[in-house]
Amino acid sequence: MKQLSPKNYLSETARSIKPSGIRRFFDLANEMEGVISLGVGEPDFVTSWNICEAAYASMESGYTSYSANAGLLELRQEISAYLQQQFQLEYDAEKEIIVTTGASQAIDLAFRALVDPGDEVLIAEPGFVAYAPIVQLAGGIPVPVPTTADNHFKLTAEQLDSYVNEKTKLVLLCFPNNPTGATLKREELDKLAAVIRRHDLLVLSDEIYAELSYDQSHCSIAALPEMAERTVVISGFSKAFAMTGWRLGYLAGPASLLQAMLKIHQYTMMCAPTIAQHGALEALRNGREDVDKMVASYRRRRNYFVKASNRIGLPCHMPGGAFYAFPSIRDTGLTSEQFAEQLLQEERVAVVPGSVFGAGGEGHVRCSYAASMEALQTAIERIGRFVEKRL
Amino acid sequence: MNEKELEILEILEGNARTPLETIADMIDLEKQEVETIIKSLEERDIILNYQAVINWDHVPSNDGVTAMIDVKVAPKREIGFDGVAERIYRFPEVKAVYLMSGAYDLSVQIEGKTMKEVAFFVSKKLSTLDSVLSTTTHFLLKKYKHDGVIFEPEQKDKRAVVSP
Repeated sequence: MKQLSPKNYLSETARSIKPSGIRRFFDLANEMEGVISLGVGEPDFVTSWNICEAAYASMESGYTSYSANAGLLELRQEISAYLQQQFQLEYDAEKEIIVTTGASQAIDLAFRALVDPGDEVLIAEPGFVAYAPIVQLAGGIPVPVPTTADNHFKLTAEQLDSYVNEKTKLVLLCFPNNPTGATLKREELDKLAAVIRRHDLLVLSDEIYAELSYDQSHCSIAALPEMAERTVVISGFSKAFAMTGWRLGYLAGPASLLQAMLKIHQYTMMCAPTIAQHGALEALRNGREDVDKMVASYRRRRNYFVKASNRIGLPCHMPGGAFYAFPSIRDTGLTSEQFAEQLLQEERVAVVPGSVFGAGGEGHVRCSYAASMEALQTAIERIGRFVEKRL
Repeated sequence: MNEKELEILEILEGNARTPLETIADMIDLEKQEVETIIKSLEERDIILNYQAVINWDHVPSNDGVTAMIDVKVAPKREIGFDGVAERIYRFPEVKAVYLMSGAYDLSVQIEGKTMKEVAFFVSKKLSTLDSVLSTTTHFLLKKYKHDGVIFEPEQKDKRAVVSP
């Protein structure tokens, strides 16, 4: 087919968005045989059978039509009860919860509803690759706030404060963090919350990894005094319930903000997939035991991988959550991209260069330990051999 | 039984060949401590044995058969079910014996080279025991899952190699 010139036909916004750095790497790794992948941002478990079975049953019973725009009320009620029980968050199922097509759509809805052209959004980085482009699509200006390895990639109140100006509208937090695994304790969140209240900012808190907290239970910033009214919580079923392919997430926040998001949602998505919503219902009702088992399994693999990584010469802090280790590769003298590319070519282990996760990611690589113990052990052997040649 | 002991049992149940160093890393203990705990679990008869799960159907020379036999028993005053069970499980052909609730009393698993061999064992050894009232023999045709291990799983990781 003849190709039209992108310059003449594509929108300026579309052209201004950078392609994901992960994409190129994916193409490279995908063509190779015998690759051990630590590059995957999703659980290595398949969805629990009872959840799959509930989805089949819903199809058999004919639940194949649209649901309410905000999602099945029954599901919102379960989400409300779940957020209350796990994180002491209070949300009205009728007006303060929207079920979305993955947490990714939730992020999109929130930015679209909250950001005006020229508004600045502070994003703790390294962070998930989609935040900045979605802010740009909404016309906003993403402002990276780099966290550092010395501080175990925690965002501090001083750092945050120094980036606020009169254009700042919103702060995006993602803890437990992808790619660093960093978590924030209640005391640390308290200090951030004080800065946020002082400057009258909003918070978008992406808590998709909340269940995968290994050393203490997750604290949501929305649970802190006077924060619920200025916070929109984003979460979903992908990570905790191993349901990435189901594309099911949700927003929880004050009705005044959520109702605007619902308006956008009903025009752009109608509703999240109904069959997946029935699976999610089962996940919340009968999934606790499996979540606990998966968390215990990730914790052991984290302990193993991080200790082994330190032993083979890649210094790594013990991440408190998610399923990523983010070791420093500085001692090898390589950039993170060189490291990842050479490691893939020489030893057939795929990791993701830290640089793709934005400011502060360079000098590190993201290793997902959501892989079998056998795969992790072999990967450590191979990475060890690779690093030894370069130290 | 403490948390660490339970964790070690779970790890070993999944893979009995996990190296001690690895177990130590996984549960945040020293190798020495793991060794001590495992020793104690063995001494307390909590860990009895370390076995491999083998799919014999994939072993070319293997042509043995397995049968599950429902056995109804009249327990004797002196020895009860345990005594009858012992007289059965002492036979080397018998791989497993369970006391059951319901329609029969003992479930006996037998392995033999041929169906005939198993049938002979049942008629000559099992049925002739004093306390055995009746037997029903079921031959096992295919193993789908055993001890939590699916026998012909799709091994392939279906995830993309790299994703955000």
